[in-house]
Amino acid sequence: MSTVTREGVLGGRLGDSTPRPDGIAKVQGSFAFSGDLSADGFLWGATLRSPHPYARIVSIDLTPAWRIDGVEAIVTATDVPGKPTYGLISSDQPVFADDVVRYVGEPIAAVAADHPETCRRALEAIVVEYEVLAPLTDPEGAIDGTHPPIHPAGNVIRHQRIVTGDQSLIGDVVVEGTYELGMQDQAFLGLEAALALPDPGGTGVELFIATQWLHEDRGQIAACLNLAPEQVRLTLGGVGGAFGAREDISLQVHTCLLALRTGRPVRMAYSRAESFLGHVHRHPATVWMRHHATREGVIQRIEARMVLDGGAYASTSSAVLINAVTHTQGPYRCPNATVDGYAVRTNNLPCGAMRGFGVVQACFAHEGQMDKLAAACGLDPVEIRLLNAMETGDALITGQLIENVAPVAECIRQTAALPLPDTPVGGHDDDPMHLPGGAGLTADRSHIRRGIGWGVAMKNLMYSEGFDDYSTARCRLVDGVVSLKFAASEVGQGFVVLAQQIARTVLGVDDVVLEPIDTTIGSSGSTSASRQTWMSGGAVDGACRLVRERLFEHVGALNDIEPVRLAINGRDVVDTMGSLRVPAKVASAGLVFEETFVHHHRPTEELDENGQGNCHTAFAFVAHRAVVDVDPELGLVKVVQVATAQDVGMALNPMSVIGQIEGGIAQGLGLAVMEELILADGKVRNASFTDYLLPTMLDMPPVVATLIEHPDPMAPLGAKGVGEPPCISSTPAIVAAIRDAIGRDLWRVPVRPSDICLPNG
Amino acid sequence: MAENQSYTLHVNGLLHDVRDAWIGESLLYVLRERLGMLGSKGACEQGECGSCSVLVDDELVCSCLVLAASATGQQIVTIEGVAPLGSPTDVQQAFVDCGAVQCGFCTPGLIMAAHALLDRTPQPTDTEIREELSGNICRCTGYGRIIEAVQRVAVSRTAQQ
Repeated sequence: MSTVTREGVLGGRLGDSTPRPDGIAKVQGSFAFSGDLSADGFLWGATLRSPHPYARIVSIDLTPAWRIDGVEAIVTATDVPGKPTYGLISSDQPVFADDVVRYVGEPIAAVAADHPETCRRALEAIVVEYEVLAPLTDPEGAIDGTHPPIHPAGNVIRHQRIVTGDQSLIGDVVVEGTYELGMQDQAFLGLEAALALPDPGGTGVELFIATQWLHEDRGQIAACLNLAPEQVRLTLGGVGGAFGAREDISLQVHTCLLALRTGRPVRMAYSRAESFLGHVHRHPATVWMRHHATREGVIQRIEARMVLDGGAYASTSSAVLINAVTHTQGPYRCPNATVDGYAVRTNNLPCGAMRGFGVVQACFAHEGQMDKLAAACGLDPVEIRLLNAMETGDALITGQLIENVAPVAECIRQTAALPLPDTPVGGHDDDPMHLPGGAGLTADRSHIRRGIGWGVAMKNLMYSEGFDDYSTARCRLVDGVVSLKFAASEVGQGFVVLAQQIARTVLGVDDVVLEPIDTTIGSSGSTSASRQTWMSGGAVDGACRLVRERLFEHVGALNDIEPVRLAINGRDVVDTMGSLRVPAKVASAGLVFEETFVHHHRPTEELDENGQGNCHTAFAFVAHRAVVDVDPELGLVKVVQVATAQDVGMALNPMSVIGQIEGGIAQGLGLAVMEELILADGKVRNASFTDYLLPTMLDMPPVVATLIEHPDPMAPLGAKGVGEPPCISSTPAIVAAIRDAIGRDLWRVPVRPSDICLPNG
Repeated sequence: MAENQSYTLHVNGLLHDVRDAWIGESLLYVLRERLGMLGSKGACEQGECGSCSVLVDDELVCSCLVLAASATGQQIVTIEGVAPLGSPTDVQQAFVDCGAVQCGFCTPGLIMAAHALLDRTPQPTDTEIREELSGNICRCTGYGRIIEAVQRVAVSRTAQQ
């Protein structure tokens, strides 16, 4: 049995570009991902899924599947011992469909067998008779009441208005537009996989799982299995990326249920096609905005209507909606607003968390509007944004004051100061690889036009709307070696290296061992919402500081010095008012100090019916400038460069920060010009990596980046989360650059070749 | 199952017996599930992402697209055969040092592809790196640090000559 244990390494303090401690194992292929875990006598599990977006289940005949050699268990809705449903915010999603299926891919049954091929044959042998119903696939049909409810909870998941200031103001300059975003998939590489080990007698279960939030999973799993939370023990299996797609339950309950039913270890592992159906996606959205401004371009009022398609089940749709509507204005001042937002239920694939979480949708619209406003006022894209740039102390349309460091203008100016690419239009040295469309040799160099576009974003950090968000960490110092324990999911972002850097900096030691990430300590909350650096960083820092107090008390008592005079300097404990200097490793020899710390962020409020309230915790800001080459006749795009300046508070590990920035921009580029999960009548058309296009190394341009460092006094380490901002305004920047190149409006992402080269898109 | 057979694979310089295996199993499946070599990863099952890259008779291939039973008599090299555990190659070390690794799922495949590239083209241009490694999808890094890692190895190998 492999678990995620890592050796301590010597080295990096806060501010260093320290390599990650799991790096060597990952480059050598010995790092254990959740899909690599196994156990003696295990069975494979697999899931039967609905082929229909909306249908009544008339009957299920399992008999033919039971006749197949090697099948050990088949479970359906009637076998779920506890709560029949789960969900992150509202528990509205069945573990297995009972009488109705509401999306293509909804689980109906699960089998356990001796081989994946046996599982496949067993699933094929199960006979389900359906009465196919007319699906609700148009989100407007969910709002206008023309379609009967497809779920007992109704077709509108949440409706939220924001109404503030003068509702009748008409600006000297008025611009409006309707913007659309397709469904983006997180497309992490490490497919959903888990290993469940049943306790003897079925009294409990142990699950090794790639997830973003162990404790939330545990609560939902235990309820469905009718077990107490402590009877369900979770350990993080190595996580191959997440980006929001592992915040919801996918195969967790099914795997545990099969293990408990058979009394044997069960492994489940999704295929890529199944993964596209098995997790939530970014909400497709339609956003209408109308901006009112003075002749000089100062925003006076924004009207907006947003419709987010939540698909069949609620997941986090209500929270995604709140992020979308509360970011209507973007990082710009706006005194008056009228916003109407809907998250609706349809028979499309369920949508929920993906990096950017509602702000991506708002930002694509508000940045399109800023360019229209600039054109209407005779300003350039930089001038209009600087003119309206928000500052610390400004009020949002929710009435909340921006109390964070808010260097919006500085992000814009620093981005503008970055050099434009020196590549000529169409690329250097006649290499066709640099042309839009690459070596297809179809783009004609003389036809290629270059464009430059801008995007600027504001992003809330951590959880909102009154959620009691916290993280727990334990620090143990034994003989100069620190052990850290927390349940924060390492999904690739690098919290494991940051935790070590914090401990070394606070305690002056080099050896920092990370204990397994599991549920034997309190929750660290979710690895989402750009929150772990702030929240679990704050928890690790707090625990290490408590241990340092104990160490100082000990050293002080030994040397008859007040502990407050002691400090850590490099590797030493030093007397700041005297000559004592003793290595921390020596000072802690033979001693054991252990402390646990829980870090909470400040409380937030729910929005009232007019969308007013201090609903968010903190904010970060970013600017992007994109340069593209476009062949207008063929509709081909080559992104040549993306420049960015990002408000990071403090770069605690600059190499990690750059990694987040480049990786986030790649996902923003994907949404801009490549990535869409296409549904027709609720059925997915491209659930594979052959048909769902992801940016490759040839699609991704060089990124030039400036880190804007102003330590945020609200943040435990001065550092803001950096994961989400890069993927938010990079998308509108690239689309604006394409508009600039072809001189035409584009209102939908991803921008398809036909949108560029055909007169009516 | 009835459609099973036994055969021998030559992996990382050693002969491995595969007993009574379903003939439909891919090389990736057999390496991982029957031979316990878990370093090759499966992420797409259709040769699009490169996570399962191995060398078969010195050619870089996606092991998810190769039927294991058809790979008998060929020299297979996996990520486990690139270097002994604990002694990373220059490419592996550069990936760690340059921040080219985040979640790490694509990494073994990229290491195989980067070694193949540098063996064939010791001083690749930026475009050659991008073209040669474009069969390997990474969803975390945006590729910038990976390109830097490959360039660092190319420079360092040239300096040592």
